[in-house]
Amino acid sequence: MRTLTLLQAVNDALHTKMREDERVTVFGEDVGPKGGVFLATEGLTQEFGKQRCFDTPLSEDGIVGAAVGMAVNGLLPVCEIQFQDFIFPAFDQIVSEAAKLRYRSGGQYTAPMVIRTPYGGGIRGGLYHSQSGEAYFAHTPGLKVVIPSTPHDAKGLLIAAIEDPDPVLFLEPKALYRSVKGEVPEGRYSIDLSTVRTVREGSDVTVFCYGAMVPVCEKAAAKAAEGGIETHVMDLRTLLPLDEEAVLDAARRTGRVVVVHEAPRFCGYGAEISALIAENAIEYMEAPVRRVTGFDTPFPNTLEHHYMPDERRVLDAIEGVASF
Amino acid sequence: MAELQQILDETGALVGEVPDLSDERLTELFQHMLMIRSLDGRMLKLQRAGRVGFVGTATGLEASLVGAAAPLLPQDWMWSGLREGGAAITRGLPMSEYVAQMYCNSNDTAKGRQMCNHFQHKESNYPSWSSVIGTQITHGVGAAYASARRGDDAVHSIHFGDGASSSNGFHSGMNLAGVWQAPCVFVCIDNGWAISVKSSEQTAAESYSDKAEAYGMPGVTVDGNDVLAVYVAMKTAVERARAEGGPSLVVLKTYRMLGHSSSDDPSKYREDAEVEAWAQRDPLDRYESFLIARGLIDANERSVQEEAIVAEIDEVIHEQEAAPPFPLRSLVEDVYSEVPRHLRLQFNQFLEVAERRGDATPGDGAFPL
Repeated sequence: MRTLTLLQAVNDALHTKMREDERVTVFGEDVGPKGGVFLATEGLTQEFGKQRCFDTPLSEDGIVGAAVGMAVNGLLPVCEIQFQDFIFPAFDQIVSEAAKLRYRSGGQYTAPMVIRTPYGGGIRGGLYHSQSGEAYFAHTPGLKVVIPSTPHDAKGLLIAAIEDPDPVLFLEPKALYRSVKGEVPEGRYSIDLSTVRTVREGSDVTVFCYGAMVPVCEKAAAKAAEGGIETHVMDLRTLLPLDEEAVLDAARRTGRVVVVHEAPRFCGYGAEISALIAENAIEYMEAPVRRVTGFDTPFPNTLEHHYMPDERRVLDAIEGVASF
Repeated sequence: MAELQQILDETGALVGEVPDLSDERLTELFQHMLMIRSLDGRMLKLQRAGRVGFVGTATGLEASLVGAAAPLLPQDWMWSGLREGGAAITRGLPMSEYVAQMYCNSNDTAKGRQMCNHFQHKESNYPSWSSVIGTQITHGVGAAYASARRGDDAVHSIHFGDGASSSNGFHSGMNLAGVWQAPCVFVCIDNGWAISVKSSEQTAAESYSDKAEAYGMPGVTVDGNDVLAVYVAMKTAVERARAEGGPSLVVLKTYRMLGHSSSDDPSKYREDAEVEAWAQRDPLDRYESFLIARGLIDANERSVQEEAIVAEIDEVIHEQEAAPPFPLRSLVEDVYSEVPRHLRLQFNQFLEVAERRGDATPGDGAFPL
């Protein structure tokens, strides 16, 4: 099977769906002839024309608001926000409009649409090209929030997101765009949203992670194994709606849990995982849940490699809960 | 469509009235333009050598930056985005601070927190700005309102690109300034491209300056490669604002000769012929011809000046290369006026791990709790 980067897999998913369904429409800043600042939409305008993949004026609020209107009226918009850091002018349209349309209309109107956006640190982008804002959106009923970590998942989950009847925020870990490669099937396939992926089996400690933290946790787990600790690593990949049963099963399996994300800790996604376990599986716990996260500060620039959880911080937490 | 204001034509010939500036000041404007172009060249070299991460150039925009900043008084403020760093130098930002910011090192006044090319200089009223497009526009309007209330006689010059004219900040800012008659000038640098989106695809208006009318203020379109025309248009707008005549919009038509940034390849979306046509309207060549014709400089002056400027820049680069990065503690500082307990705890825990794993940096002692 052919091998693609995560970025190429995103591009392949867009090509695949656009060939199959003429309603699929891609737009955003610089997504046209340039192919996006990361080249995720490369070749789409060339293949499908300016009607189906086009540049917009620089207005995130306009992009997402127009996507809602297109979705209401029969298109399948897949819009791009150039960096997740720039999504906030569109926050109102995402949170107040796209996510609530089905509910407020009693199911009469819906907004089947995808907002793709690169998130996360590791590219020396400073505080406005590095943020991980998933928790803001995972707190929004009506929205789905998806984060892939492998090329295979990126394609299958993006296709599922485009086919989903509800609005999906598709966060792409930009640090992995070109650094991970993997086998990706040709043609259409999809991965059910709200399913987790077991990255590694283990019986001593369970690590929950997603996005760019998955390879970090894999490395830490491999190191832990050298010291005799078998780590179960789970990629959550659909943060909303979460496969809660799979999370609880994995937590009960070891009784020792570490949650890892690069976003700040306070009210971060790890807090939800911790609460879920505390409410439903505390009797299985052999150690307190540990979170390894970014600091509760804005994202730094020069010191970003210290801010982001790395192999040694994750390993330290794994060893900590294992020996508790 | 608005008429294009010009004093020097594309060859540098005089087609309008030379503003009332001394010979020294006329020559200084040229030196400033040369400085900006030389800085771009040096920074791009550093970027290619992997010494700095990112450069947003101003090559082609020198007349728009220098001409717009020149009429401002020391008490005035400049609110800007990516490409105005060179203009800030002409108003007092030290070259050493500019280069330190590019290195994000321990001499950077922003403590290495912003990505490269995000300058600030408090002493000359040049505030820190974010990478988010258009957000500085309403800040400038609010600050202008405060100036009027406080009576500090400052005018606020608010710079943004053609792309930002589509942002919420532009519409809110223009509207508020019109309603409040705030002492500010909106400087739209229409450099042809917002990354890969042509400025003609950013708006259906014939001219960006037409947008002023809807907000109840005057708008003009100026040849942004003509430093004298930019100076005169800005001087008029700044004086109007200072005399409580209200805000106005000055659109500077120019061209971004290089990519959006050092990460961008413009050959993917624009034609060489277009770039070549704008090279014929180069703001430095044009102004140089004028100064030579006026007898203020001779044909050798440019290369002599350039050499001196590059030597100065290189000396600064040399100094800044040696500066260390910020200590680890700065990870949790400046989030609030004091480091709160939860951040002291987070830092101490981080340090414990670093010490256990053998990569703590000397001098990064734990916070007392």
